[in-house]
Amino acid sequence: MTKKNAAAPLEIHDLTVTYHRQPVLYGVDLIVDPGCLVGVMGPNGAGKSTLIKTIMGMVPPSHGWVKLFGQPFHKAITRVGYVPQRESVDWDFPVSVFDVVMMGRYKRLGLIRRPGKKDRDAVYECLEKLKMADLADRQIGNLSGGQQQRVFLARALAQESDLYFMDEPFAGVDAATELAIIELLRELKDAGKTLFVVHHDVTTARKYFDTLLLLNMRLVDFGPTEKVFTQQNLHKVYGGRLNILTEVATADAQQASEDKLESP
Amino acid sequence: METIGNLIPPFDWTSFLFQPWTPPYEQGSLWILVMGFLVAASCGLIGNFIILRRLALVGDAISHTILLGIVLAFLVTRSTGTLPMFVGAVLAGLLTSVIIEFIHKHSRIKPDAAIGITFSTLFAIGVILVACFADQVDLDQECVLYGEIAFIAYEEPLVVAGKALAPLSVVRMGGVFMLILLFISLFYKELQVTAFDAGLARSLGINPTLFHYATMILVSLAIVSGFESVGAILVVAMLIFPGTTAGLLSDRLPVHLLLSVFFALCYALLGLHLATWLNCSIAGAMVVVAGGIFALAWLLSPQKGLIALGMRRFAQAGT
Repeated sequence: MTKKNAAAPLEIHDLTVTYHRQPVLYGVDLIVDPGCLVGVMGPNGAGKSTLIKTIMGMVPPSHGWVKLFGQPFHKAITRVGYVPQRESVDWDFPVSVFDVVMMGRYKRLGLIRRPGKKDRDAVYECLEKLKMADLADRQIGNLSGGQQQRVFLARALAQESDLYFMDEPFAGVDAATELAIIELLRELKDAGKTLFVVHHDVTTARKYFDTLLLLNMRLVDFGPTEKVFTQQNLHKVYGGRLNILTEVATADAQQASEDKLESP
Repeated sequence: METIGNLIPPFDWTSFLFQPWTPPYEQGSLWILVMGFLVAASCGLIGNFIILRRLALVGDAISHTILLGIVLAFLVTRSTGTLPMFVGAVLAGLLTSVIIEFIHKHSRIKPDAAIGITFSTLFAIGVILVACFADQVDLDQECVLYGEIAFIAYEEPLVVAGKALAPLSVVRMGGVFMLILLFISLFYKELQVTAFDAGLARSLGINPTLFHYATMILVSLAIVSGFESVGAILVVAMLIFPGTTAGLLSDRLPVHLLLSVFFALCYALLGLHLATWLNCSIAGAMVVVAGGIFALAWLLSPQKGLIALGMRRFAQAGT
C-alpha cells in the first residue's frame, strides 16, 4: 500500500472558524479512520453544519487546516460526496428526481461533457436502491419530506465517493425512510466508505453510529460510541437541557428491559 | 367630446394581419421582427437563469447602470463603436453585481436594498456624466428609455462584398444571441446545478461564483445590444417575462428554455402587428403582448393556472 492510500479520510488540525468576528468553531483537532460511521452531535449553534462546510471548502477557516485523504479539498474532490440539508434548496426548481440524482455524476463528467448512457444507468440503479425509480420523472416539489431525502441520498450514491458528509439526513423523514437511510449508511460503511453524519436525535444516536463526535464550538469528545456516549459527556455538550437527558435515561431503561426480555 | 373609443383606431382583421407586410412596410417589418425576436430570445434565455437564481432585479439594476458604462466608454475612447460600448457595458454589469455581492456579504443589508442602493448610485453618476458632457455625448435619452426599433431597417447596414446584408445592430444582436445559445448549450449542467444549489455545486468542483459572473456578463451583453432597439426599461421585461411565463406552463428547465424562444417569437410578431394597428411604440406593444401571454398562462395553465387551482379547490371542498 502506498503512503497516499494510507492517509486518513479526514484529518483536521487546530481548526478555528469565525463569522462576523464571532468564533463558531474553536481549535478542533480530529482524525477519522476509514470505514467509520461517525455521528456528529451537538446543540443548535454548536457549529456542526459549519464544520462540514469548512471541510468542504465552502467556508474559509480563520486558522488551522483540513486534509481529505492527505490532500486539500480541491484535490480530493472526486472522492468526497456531500448531502446538504433538505431546506438548503428551492424545491420548486424546475428539475425532476432524475435530474437531481444525475447532478451526482457531474463531478465525474467534468466541464462541458454531457451525461451518457452509463450515467443514466447508474442514476436509475441508485434510484432503484432507494425505491424511488417510479418517481424518476416527478418534479421534486411534488414529493414528501422522506422522498426528498431519498433523492438526496440517491444522488450521494451516484457520486460513488469514498467519504460522505451528510447534514441531518434524518431531519423530518418518516419512519420507513429513516430505516432505509440507516440501512444504506451501514451498507456504505461495510463497503469501506467513511461517513460523517450530522445527527440531532440523542435517543437514536447510540443505535445508529459506531463513532460519535460531540461538538459544542469545541470538540468535546470523539471516539467509539460506547466510550463517548456517557451522561457526563452529554451534560457537557447539551448543558442543563434536562429533557434530553431524561429522554436518554428513559430510552436506556427501555433498552435495558428489552434486553432483559430478549435474553432467556 | 372625445371618448376613449375614438382614440383607438378601428380594428380591422385584414389590415391587422396584412398591413405590416404590404409595401412599403414589408422590408422594415422584417428587420423589426428579426430584431425583436433576437432581443426577446437572448434576454429570455439568459433571463431564465437569473430568475432561477432569484436575481431578476439584478437584471433591472444592470439595465440602468449600463448607462454609466456606455458614457465612460465613450469618454475614454471618444467613439460609439460596438467594441467600446460592449466593454463598457460588461464592466458596468460586473461592477454592479460585484458591489451588490460585496454589500450583501459585508453588511446586514438585505439583497433587495443592496440592489437598490447600488444601481441608483451608479445610474445617477451616469446621468450626471451625460449632463456634464452633454455637448460631447450624443445620447438621446428618449432612445435610451424607449428604444428605436421602428427605424432599424434604415440604419447603417453591414456590407459584405458590396452588398448590404443586414442592419449592424441586428448583426450585433445576432452575435450575442449565438453567444448566449452556445454558452447555455455548453455549460447547461453547470448553470443548472449552480443555480439549484451553490453549496452542492462547490462540492462537485463547479465554481458557482464563476458561473454567476459569466451569467452577469451575458446579461450585460444582451441588455447593451438590445436597449437601443427596445429601450433600457423594456429590456428588463424581456429578461423576466419569457422565463416566468414558461415557469407557469412547465416544471422542466429545458422546456422553459424552448418555450422562452417560442414566446420571444410571439412577442416580436404580435407586438409588430399590434403596434402597426395602434400606431404606437413597437417595444411597448411587445411588452403588452408579453403581459397578455403571461396573464393567459397564469389563468389557463393546466397545472398551475388560477382556473385549474380554483377547480381543484372546489372539487376538494365538494368531497
